[in-house]
Order: sequence, then structure tokens, then C-alpha cells
Amino acid sequence: MSTYKEEIIEELRFDQSKETIDGDIATLNLGPTHPATHGIFQNVLKVDGEKILSSEQTVGYIHRAFEKLAERRPYNQITPITDRLNYCSSPINNMGWEMTVEKLIGAEIPKRAQYMRVIIMELSRIADHLICNSVIGVDTGALTGFTYVFQQREKIYELFEEVCGARLTTNIGRIGGFERDFSPEFHRKLKDFLVEFPKVFNEFNSLLSRNRIFMDRTIGAGPISAQRALDYSFVGPNLRAAGVDYDVRIMEPYSSYQDFDFEIPVGTQGDTYDRFQVRQEEVRQSLKIIHQAYNNLPEGDYKADLPEFYLPPKEQVYNNMEALIYHFKIVMGETPIPAGEVYHSVEGGNGELGYYLISDGGRTPYRLQFRRPCFIYYQAYPEMITGQNISDAVLTLSSLNVIAGELDA
Amino acid sequence: MKSNLTNEQVAESIKAQFDEAIISVDTPYDFLTIEVEASKTYSIIEWLKNNETLQINFLTNLGGVHYPESTDRELVVVYHLHSMVNNFRLRLKTALPISNPEIDSIVKIYDGANWMERETYDFYGIIFKGHPNLTRILNEDTMDYFPLRKEYHLEDATREDKDDRFFGR
Repeated sequence: MSTYKEEIIEELRFDQSKETIDGDIATLNLGPTHPATHGIFQNVLKVDGEKILSSEQTVGYIHRAFEKLAERRPYNQITPITDRLNYCSSPINNMGWEMTVEKLIGAEIPKRAQYMRVIIMELSRIADHLICNSVIGVDTGALTGFTYVFQQREKIYELFEEVCGARLTTNIGRIGGFERDFSPEFHRKLKDFLVEFPKVFNEFNSLLSRNRIFMDRTIGAGPISAQRALDYSFVGPNLRAAGVDYDVRIMEPYSSYQDFDFEIPVGTQGDTYDRFQVRQEEVRQSLKIIHQAYNNLPEGDYKADLPEFYLPPKEQVYNNMEALIYHFKIVMGETPIPAGEVYHSVEGGNGELGYYLISDGGRTPYRLQFRRPCFIYYQAYPEMITGQNISDAVLTLSSLNVIAGELDA
Repeated sequence: MKSNLTNEQVAESIKAQFDEAIISVDTPYDFLTIEVEASKTYSIIEWLKNNETLQINFLTNLGGVHYPESTDRELVVVYHLHSMVNNFRLRLKTALPISNPEIDSIVKIYDGANWMERETYDFYGIIFKGHPNLTRILNEDTMDYFPLRKEYHLEDATREDKDDRFFGR
């Protein structure tokens, strides 16, 4: 009669088939919670020594049913949901949604508000790319750059705080523009940032960009060809790293992007190093756009004249009947919205972030679908890491910039 | 950037090839939207991809919509296609009966459709025939309903302690 412990050992022995102990192939769980995955992703890898033979993904760990939630909320209450998609660059998500609604209701936005949006969106693109690129550094063993640029990301968050009061999940702006003009403090901080950031960024670049160890680790890690990237509906920096110069800001300019002079960087190999370099160059291009937008910031109003959608100032709500009525209509979600369907996309941190909105004229969207770039391109991950080492798989994951919030909606 | 194609031009060339499969053509907010027969969707998308003039060869988005009132056309699959070369976007729609929501999978044409179709199955229960692995993706595997269909309310409909009538809900 065997003891309990012996039974367990016997059971384990039974499970250890040829695949794990005697054979060459082992099964390895990368994730769901692992420091190197930077988010909740599970990958079940079959490995032969260090070499990956196949990978199977599980997603949905932080699914929060955004599309269902959106069907119950008035339009202005959906902006906070979009914060939680790609939370590294939530202002882009917020403004993409606001522009979608503006497209639906046919609103004209003043030039000043459009330029202000461009400044905020490019700042958040810089923050997004900084995180991604510095994390690639961390995964190759260089923590210094990460801690160094995080000070600058902090400065960007302080700028967001000046505009809307929040830092990470910003809920920035309103349908129709902004809730207030840029404060004097914002102008001071932005000027400081524009002077200081390029120096820090160049130092960060010189730490990694031509670093022999970094190049050896990243060149050839997780490559994808342009044709495969297009088949997998890649967008954004990951597609550009493979050599396709597609950028929503150029192809379908929104928020006055046609006024600015900037370039689209492209790579050739589609590997981790190219993705890193494309993002580095995009940060420089974003700075260029911010300079142009800030130096040519037009005079005018920071919001459109949309009393039915734009909350009136509090002092008017207390003293003015129309303002009070509009305040109630907006808060209770009783504003009439035209019926129709509209697709609007913006260039998010990870590429084309789309909003497909169907309105039946009711207080909430009839259907709202987010085109989430992460969700779509993450399915190419097994193909990209097959035949690579485990350490390359970690690098590929961080250089794809897969954000769990955007992946799982 | 201007598009190299016009809505009329694309609608005409699709009509010339698949006249009997087209149910309606519309351009809401200047976005060409064509409703087609479910049985012909696969061949239309394949033809669009291989057509050298149109070059509509990028799948932007795929999703479902539920219209409980339209009998035998309850579930709608929406494809957003894109021609990066011509800077042109096209929306294809096809309606399916909820009793038998089956449509050909387009994974063979676009690898990226794999998870989009799984997500649409997960939320709406639309069966994509020929899909390599049509299982739930975001929700748990044991779930026995399709949550984005309109009959499932976000909040528990049996609750009596909340009266939201006056708030338009």
C-alpha cells in the first residue's frame, strides 16, 4: 500500500512523457504573469532547448466588454472607456473618439483647437514610444535608459495634468474641443520640455542605437516581411518597420495634420531593431510637429460652438436658463444625435486606431466597434518567433508594443 | 491625400463583375458601403484583392452587428477593406439569419481575419465556415451565450431595487 506522497510521485511520473524528460521537446509557459511579458499575455511554447518550435496564445485575461458597455452610455461618457484601450497614449484614443462623434454630427472645429489637439496627441505618441523603446532596452539588459527617459515621460504627464487634471487615464478634451485653453503654466512647461527633451533623448539614443550588444541582440530578432505584415493587417510602426510607408496622418489627415511638414520613417527587415529605430525617428518627427504646431498656434477659440454637446461653464449653469437646460441634457444623455454610420481612424501609438460607430439616433451608440491594432497584429506573434530563441521572443513581444488593455478591450 | 478611385468607379466595377450578388449601394459620410449576398462575400473579397486596378487588398476591420427586428437578416457581418495604394476604403456588409448564421471564412485570403472572426463568433455566434480554429477568444470557453446580441442587457434585468425609467434607460 503506497502512501499519498508516493501516489503523487507516481502520477507525476506518468505525466512525464517522452516530450519533457527523455525527449528533446519541452513545453514552457511564457506568462500570463511574467515580468518579461509587460502585461497579461500567455504563450504556451514548445521548445527544443532554447529554440521555439511553436507557440499558442491565450488572450482575454483583462477583457472588460468595452463594446457592450459603450452601447449603454451617452456619447460623452464613452471617452473614459477609450482611456483604457492603449493606456500608454490615452489622449490619442480620447481624441480619436471625439473626432468620430464630431464627424457623425458634422461639427466644425476651430483651427486653434485642432492645433492644440495635435500638440497633445504628439506628446502622447512620444510618451508611448519612449515606454516601448526603453522597455526593449530593459529586455536586453539595459535598465539605465529606461529610468532616464521615464523622467521625461513624467514631464509629459505633468503637461497632461495641466490640461485636464489627470495623468494616465486622461479623459482629455471634450466633444468639440477642450474644456479650457492651455494655461500659462502649460506654456512654461511645454517650452522647458521642448528645450530639455531633445538632449535627454539624444543621450538615450546614443546609449542603445549604435550599441554593439544591443544591435547583436535585436537585429534579426522577430522579423516579418512586408507582405506577411500586410496579410496580418499590421499597421503603424510595426508595418513601417517592415517597409510599408503607411501612416493615417498623411493618407487621411485629421485635425489639420496636412498643415505640418514631417516624414514617415520606414525600416527594411521588420525586425526588433528596425521597429526600435522607426519609433526613435517617429519621436523626432513628433517633436518637429509639436514645434510647428506650437509656433503657429492660431488665435481663436479652444472649442467649437456646440452647446448641445459641450458642457457649459459652471458659473453659467447657475445663472443662465439655457446653460442649465443644456447642462441637464448633456449629463442625462438626452441630446439628439443623427442616425448614421461612420468610420474614423487616427494614427495611435500602435497604428491605425479605428472607431466604427453606428447610431440609430438614440442616446447611446447602437454599435461601437474599436479597431484595436494590438489585437489584430498580435496574432502574427507565433509566426514571428518560431525558430527564434526564447530571449528573442521576449524582445519581439516588447518591440511589438502589445498593450494588454488594447488587446483585450 | 486624395484618393485615386471614386465611389462610383468602384461600385461600377464590382457591379460589372457581381451584379446579381449586390443588394444595395450606399455612401454614408462619403464611405462606399455595399451590401452583398452572404454566399458571394468570399469571392467578392478575393476578387477585390486580386484586381489590379482596384487593389483593395488590406483588411482593416471585421465585425458583427445585431438587428433583432429585421426578420431573417438579424446578424450583419461588416468588412472594412482598404486600398493603401489608391487610398480608398470600402465597407462590405452581409446579412445572415440568426437561425443559421453561417458564412465562409476569409482566413484563406487574409491571415489577419483569424482573430477578428473568432472575436465576431465570440460576441455574436456567427459561424465562419472553414475557419481553422473557431473558438471563443476574449470570453471564457464555458460561456453558453453570445453577449453582444441585443437581448442580453448590460445590467441584470431582474433587479427591482433600481428604477431607471426617468433617466431614459
